[in-house]
Amino acid sequence: MAYPVDYRYTKEHEWLKVEGNTGTIGITDHAQESLGDIVFVELPKVGSELTAGKTLGTVESVKAVSDIFAPVSGTVTEVNEALNTSPEQVNKDAHGAWMVKLKLKDPSEASRLLSAADYEKYVAAEGGH
Amino acid sequence: MNKKIRKATTHISQNEVLLFERSSAGKKAYELPPLDVPEVDPATLLGAQARQDLGHMPEVSEVEIIRHFTRLSTWNYAVDHGMYPLGSCTMKYNPRVNEVVARLTGLAEAHPYQPERISQGALRILKMLSEQLIEITGMDAITLQPAAGAHGELTGILLVRAYLESLGNPRKKVLIPDSAHGTNPATAAMAGYAVENLKSNAAGMVDIASLVAQVNEDVAALMLTNPNTLGVFEQEIHKIAEVLHAKGALLYMDGANMNALVGKTRPGDFGVDVMHLNLHKTFSTPHGGGGPGSGPVACKKILEPFLPSPVVVTKPDGTLGFDYNRPKSLGRVRMFYGNFGMHIRALAYIMANGPDGLRQTTEDAVLNANYIRKGLEGAYDLPYKTPTMHEVVFSDHIQSQKGIKTGDIAKRLIDYGFHPYTVSFPLVVHGAIMIEPTESESKESCDMFVEAMKDIAEEVEEHPEFVLEAPHNTRISRLDETMAARKPILRWKPQSEAAGK
Amino acid sequence: MRYLPKSESDREVMLRQIGVKSIDDLFAAIPPEYRLKGDLKIPRAYAESEIVEFFRDCATGSAQGYATFLGAGAYSHYRPVVIDSLVSRGEFFTAYTPYQPEIAQGTLQSIFEFQSMICELTGMDVANASMYDGSTGAAEALMMAARLTGRHKSVVATSVHPEYREVIATYARYQGMPISTVAYGKNGRVDLDALEKGIDNETAGVLIQSPNFFGTIEDVAAIADLVHKKGALLIVSIAEAVSLGIVKPPVEADIVSMEAQSFGVPLGFGGPYCGVMATKDKFVRQMPGRLVGQTLDRNGKRGFVLTLSTREQHIRREKATSNICTNQALVALMCSIFMTVYGREGLKDLAKQNLAKAHYAAGEFKKAGATLLFDGAPRFNEFVILTKTDPYAINDKLLGQRIIGGFPLKKFYPDLGNASLWCCTETTAKASIDAAAKEVAL
Repeated sequence: MAYPVDYRYTKEHEWLKVEGNTGTIGITDHAQESLGDIVFVELPKVGSELTAGKTLGTVESVKAVSDIFAPVSGTVTEVNEALNTSPEQVNKDAHGAWMVKLKLKDPSEASRLLSAADYEKYVAAEGGH
Repeated sequence: MNKKIRKATTHISQNEVLLFERSSAGKKAYELPPLDVPEVDPATLLGAQARQDLGHMPEVSEVEIIRHFTRLSTWNYAVDHGMYPLGSCTMKYNPRVNEVVARLTGLAEAHPYQPERISQGALRILKMLSEQLIEITGMDAITLQPAAGAHGELTGILLVRAYLESLGNPRKKVLIPDSAHGTNPATAAMAGYAVENLKSNAAGMVDIASLVAQVNEDVAALMLTNPNTLGVFEQEIHKIAEVLHAKGALLYMDGANMNALVGKTRPGDFGVDVMHLNLHKTFSTPHGGGGPGSGPVACKKILEPFLPSPVVVTKPDGTLGFDYNRPKSLGRVRMFYGNFGMHIRALAYIMANGPDGLRQTTEDAVLNANYIRKGLEGAYDLPYKTPTMHEVVFSDHIQSQKGIKTGDIAKRLIDYGFHPYTVSFPLVVHGAIMIEPTESESKESCDMFVEAMKDIAEEVEEHPEFVLEAPHNTRISRLDETMAARKPILRWKPQSEAAGK
Repeated sequence: MRYLPKSESDREVMLRQIGVKSIDDLFAAIPPEYRLKGDLKIPRAYAESEIVEFFRDCATGSAQGYATFLGAGAYSHYRPVVIDSLVSRGEFFTAYTPYQPEIAQGTLQSIFEFQSMICELTGMDVANASMYDGSTGAAEALMMAARLTGRHKSVVATSVHPEYREVIATYARYQGMPISTVAYGKNGRVDLDALEKGIDNETAGVLIQSPNFFGTIEDVAAIADLVHKKGALLIVSIAEAVSLGIVKPPVEADIVSMEAQSFGVPLGFGGPYCGVMATKDKFVRQMPGRLVGQTLDRNGKRGFVLTLSTREQHIRREKATSNICTNQALVALMCSIFMTVYGREGLKDLAKQNLAKAHYAAGEFKKAGATLLFDGAPRFNEFVILTKTDPYAINDKLLGQRIIGGFPLKKFYPDLGNASLWCCTETTAKASIDAAAKEVAL
């Protein structure tokens, strides 16, 4: 799976897409693959404040729960309600199945995240699976 | 199909639907005696609170009930069928006399609030069991109130908390090794403590240096399972206790694995301050498809004043009674006195064994685990070579090269007529295969188990896809757990309603 | 050693195979100074016949042969014989938690049926596979309400079983959950004005019991209105499950926490019993305890599995909804069989007999001169009387006639003086009621 070059990535396997003042967050294809069949996604409420590095929600498979960490800080403007009823979207298209949109507190924060190439290298080094 | 499989494979009965699907109006399985007082009109007595109907509650006859539940029962594997080597669950034989004595009318029909005068027999059972468990654990005092192991853990950690509070500082955290049961961290959180992880060393034991570094005045207790979930006895247990005690912290022992110790050594002698027992593991009370259990908590003298209320005491007139006047008590953790029915069974088990029998039981449990370990070494990866007590943990490291995981091997074991071992626990072993045979297995059944496991290891090499699709000879095949979790159906509904949703 | 399937020679062969000389070599990991040198100081091994004799002796003189008016959270109902006949099947009682669904469909399907029947009876959408009992279940329900609302305070009615309240206090103490109480009014029901004042915008859950500890049926709908207006959740505890046969279910509640002992579970001197929690669909992910769900196998056959397990301790560890692991599965099976035996019509008939007996007894006691307390609200099978004589003295006299009298309330409610709580079920004979009426007159 190719990692979109216009996204930025975290070592906790989230992606972030920045368009102006708006950020969109999801989890990476590598993350969905290691989790297996995703059965539930828990997301924050619109209006909640996210802090970079802090938990914003969880993704669950049948026998595991993983925290989703906010790559950057900001205020949630929209959550992907469709994931409530079809969490399998994350398995099918991790880089398309966004989770939250937020108004960025500081757009320059994104530059601290990994590029697609660096993330791919990181994943390869992390365990090779 | 493999010729070495000795399991009977065909099912004898008809399939069985849900009770609701058996139901039709007018069938019944009861008859009430004629009312000997005047009839009443519910609408008059209850007014708006009267219930109109009971929805879709089933209506079936007695014979259908017997067939329904009997057929369902034949779809279960149970200890009565054969080996059930679930690691850390201690699936041992459940003696039948236990069931008989627990159902004696005078005990089964005793109301918890009936006068103590007519409860002397029940109180005697509570007292005798308490005394014998105290002797077995080497502790000073006990409560039988907790309803299960995790409930005992909560009671034990609350005891620690009450004690430390009485000294002026409840402290902030509880240390828990990475090999611990999930109930340990969940319990610590319920008792208001932060959980701090403690790493194991290469031998699978507590790393004393890490422990020394992590224990300080913020640590309330260490929750330690001994033998731990790798089946390894913490050889430096006394040093562990010393490190904790030097900083004013206490040692909590999760007694889930007490089946490795009874009659051979006593936690109270090696420095444990408080521990719980699982009567449904070590003391043969049945697991019943998930419960009930019973989780007595034994402790040292210093913790005794804080035990839950009430406790059984001998009164000045020589009779037994409950003492509720315990100002320092942590309170109650359950209504009444705990799972008394399990107390009866555990006492009957101890009586049937006596000191020799309990010791021999422990020795046989450890013997079986070591025998199986010896039999499977080489065929399966043994991540920790440390001596094994009552259970042994292998991994799927060799088989995973072929894409076969511990869960797949477990499913194939079903085809061989065994209940699987514990899958993927403890978490410190990747792909864990955790085997606890218990003392209830003969040499022959241990041999058959080893043979089956080795056979499966060969199948993995030759026909991995066949193992991947196991079980092959059960009534149903592997179930779609993802579907169950994505679109939960947690109750029956009539088709019209279910379709409407 | 009749439970051990090995001969001495088996043991020797096995030791040789392992490569050790003696069994003690396998215990070498235990430091020698902590190994027991002698026998445990417990009695010698008993023969089976001796064990039976010992417990028979303990059972003699206990409740056997007494008529009882005790309820107060544990109820004496007739237990159809098919219950013990079925739960005595080793396939049920010697099985473990159904973690391997292919060989545990018996347990799984019966739990699914249990969950479904509890939903039918309580009016909730979803019920779990059981909790330890009604007291711990009520405590867990309050914690669940706190997670759901993000608030931290609780309000508990003083008419909730006093021992439930003690358990709740123990659980809540370290959860940062302050608990306030709300009193009962003259008719024994929750005082609505006091309740309204007792809830603020930090209140997560309000716990009431109905029928409450005094046997009085609460106006659940009115209480729910009040609680919901303040954004809190209503938890209704039911201690006498048979009441559901004739009393309107608490459909307005957000969580129902029930003790199902009345459904065919022996009194057994207080346990094991069967807690159950039921709630609305939208709250299921915060519910503690095991859940069984329906699914399909690879060939499209219906089957059942444990599901939504990520709520539980073995996965979420310190962040789990509860530390509960073992539940009361076999007791839940007893309840299932009981509910099936009586079924849709029988539970109604059974409850009606309870209602009639208690109504008759209350009338006779009143006629005899006792004062009926909390007479202004509907009751099910328990009622409170006030007598001139100390209820313990009345009970002493009745015990001589092999009758166990009502529960003296002064133990938990000193301000109620000589009040006592009496329970009549379908098993209470008119003759016992008439005999007791003579004593309460004094």
